[in-house]
Amino acid sequence: MQLEQQLRDRLEKKDILLMTHIVLGYPSFDTNRAVIRQMVENGVDCIEMQIPFSEPMADGPVIVKANQEAIKNGTKVADCLAFAAEMTASHDIPFLFMTYYNIIFKYGEKAFFEKAHACGIKGFIVPDLPPEEGESFLQLTAEYEIAPLLIFAPTSTDERMRVLASHGRGFIYCVARRGVTGTKSVIGQDVLDYLKRCREATSMPLAVGFGIQDRDDVSALIGMADMAVIGSQTIRLVDEKGAGAVGPFIAGLR
Amino acid sequence: MGTKDKQGFFGNWGGAYIPEVLHQTFEELNAEFTKCKNDPAFWQDYVELMSTYSCRPTPLTHAENLSRHFGGAQIYIKREDLNHTGAHKANNVMGQGLLVKRMGKKRVIAETGAGQHGMATATMAAKFGLECTIYMGEEDVRRQRPNVFWMEKMGATVVPVTDGSRTLKDAINEAFRDWVTNVDETHYVFGTVCGPHPFPEMVAWFQSIIGLEAAEQIIKYHGKMPARIFACVGGGSNAMGIFKRFIPESGVELVGVEAGGHGIATGLHAVRLSGTDASPGVAQGYKTMFLQDDDGQMKETHSVAAGLDYVGVSPILSDLWEKGRVRFESATDSEVMAALDLTMKKEGIIPALESTHAFVQAFKEAPQLTPADAIIINMSGRGDKDIFTIAHAFNDPSWKEFIIKRGLEYSQGK
Repeated sequence: MQLEQQLRDRLEKKDILLMTHIVLGYPSFDTNRAVIRQMVENGVDCIEMQIPFSEPMADGPVIVKANQEAIKNGTKVADCLAFAAEMTASHDIPFLFMTYYNIIFKYGEKAFFEKAHACGIKGFIVPDLPPEEGESFLQLTAEYEIAPLLIFAPTSTDERMRVLASHGRGFIYCVARRGVTGTKSVIGQDVLDYLKRCREATSMPLAVGFGIQDRDDVSALIGMADMAVIGSQTIRLVDEKGAGAVGPFIAGLR
Repeated sequence: MGTKDKQGFFGNWGGAYIPEVLHQTFEELNAEFTKCKNDPAFWQDYVELMSTYSCRPTPLTHAENLSRHFGGAQIYIKREDLNHTGAHKANNVMGQGLLVKRMGKKRVIAETGAGQHGMATATMAAKFGLECTIYMGEEDVRRQRPNVFWMEKMGATVVPVTDGSRTLKDAINEAFRDWVTNVDETHYVFGTVCGPHPFPEMVAWFQSIIGLEAAEQIIKYHGKMPARIFACVGGGSNAMGIFKRFIPESGVELVGVEAGGHGIATGLHAVRLSGTDASPGVAQGYKTMFLQDDDGQMKETHSVAAGLDYVGVSPILSDLWEKGRVRFESATDSEVMAALDLTMKKEGIIPALESTHAFVQAFKEAPQLTPADAIIINMSGRGDKDIFTIAHAFNDPSWKEFIIKRGLEYSQGK
């Protein structure tokens, strides 16, 4: 089933969906496995799995460190693909890959799509690949039924949002503010105005990310967006309290 | 310059692989840069600024003793060390400073490896009244302490970057993170002919002043075009600066010299185009030849010269390399120390460790040519900044004694 339809089906039963993020190989695949199980058991609707890259330009300190440690621990792209196949076979929610373009480019675009498709991956988030540079990439997303998840930013003009939406599928990832991942943002009037602009630019579901940390943040988005993205916060939690803390945290978000 | 096919591409290389949050700022930057390029008054203002605030045109020195020593080509040295702040970096920075003023931004940020670009940016910020933050790998802060001192004295904030390999590429990542956070008020003064479009083209344009001057000077002193031009290549800004004017001159051979570090075979180097270790990749906003592993993870690089210690290389140079217009060679750390020693003794000139890489290759090739031929070495910067590294590499006893004594005095609170 296509990603957008999967999310729409889930939205029949929930006010807002939850998407979580993990960095593959950090601190280990065993911990990734335990964390994902807890996320799924506690109602997460979608998971983005980041394939680590040595130059994570758009990420903040928490995820940068996780990327570096994962690579230092010997995490290879092939391991990430094998792990993804295992997860999609074990859990009945959509899984996405988030990574930087060089990982895909170096693997070979077509080969990477083929492999990801075989692993049951439903979409790609590639923050350093604007549609202008992603012609062949966008073609392959259609061929392999993997949704290109494009990003809106508060600096995107209305016109730019419409251009991005015309290339995107699945959902639109709305970055709530300027800056890197992991910094807390307050859902104030400016964010709400921005989300209104996002809604007018596309009929696709809207996911909102960057700095969401608790139940209040999530409930502030109900009615304004379709999916809340929890990124750095669960990585912090696993660092501090271990994988076991993730389940109760997720359960407490809605 | 290479042919431009798609927007911002030079043959197969370049582009603008940027996060969406920067899209609008790049639109504005592209628009302003295009206006400046098409406005002859802008270039005039730029040349005027560089001749009053800096020392342009910089001299072309005939190195008579070195020419005699090697007994081949007449060796000429383009003296970018005599630019204000001691390197070619000022050319690009002052140009971008004029651009920042036109765009009305209040703050500038920059990455720096050797510290020369950071120094130049701090200088420009002080002159133009801009707030300034410089990102510098922790490893380079240690290697280039004198430049850190001056940047801070000129009012810049220097942030040591502790991620990754703690060198130039990590400083670039960190500067980008600052930019995506503070994009409205801030301009990122990119230091070299790399990064997303329009930076490679823009930096090459400002730096092209080097070659424009050198072409006039060599005709004046030597009566004809040089046989070869040598420049060191980290990101490639001094090389593009001197090469650009000469690209259409088919009789002039252009030679880029990369950091051979401990030798290509050891893996401890920064050889992208003169070896076989690099492969096509996309990082830091552009497509070029990167030193990376099979998964696309960037490798650690090594050079005695912080300014050459970089995983990527200008997309314009990758194109010129692919088309065979620029030949690439490398020089090892130990060859660099020997050439530096010889240049100081014979000419009383102290090139930066980066620039000395170009001297190494020029010295290898000068004897193959005749005294009727001229070669130009682009001396991108002065070596004074490297005093700690150079004194250490020469294992200089009197310098060591001085440092020990001074350290003792400081530790006793004097």
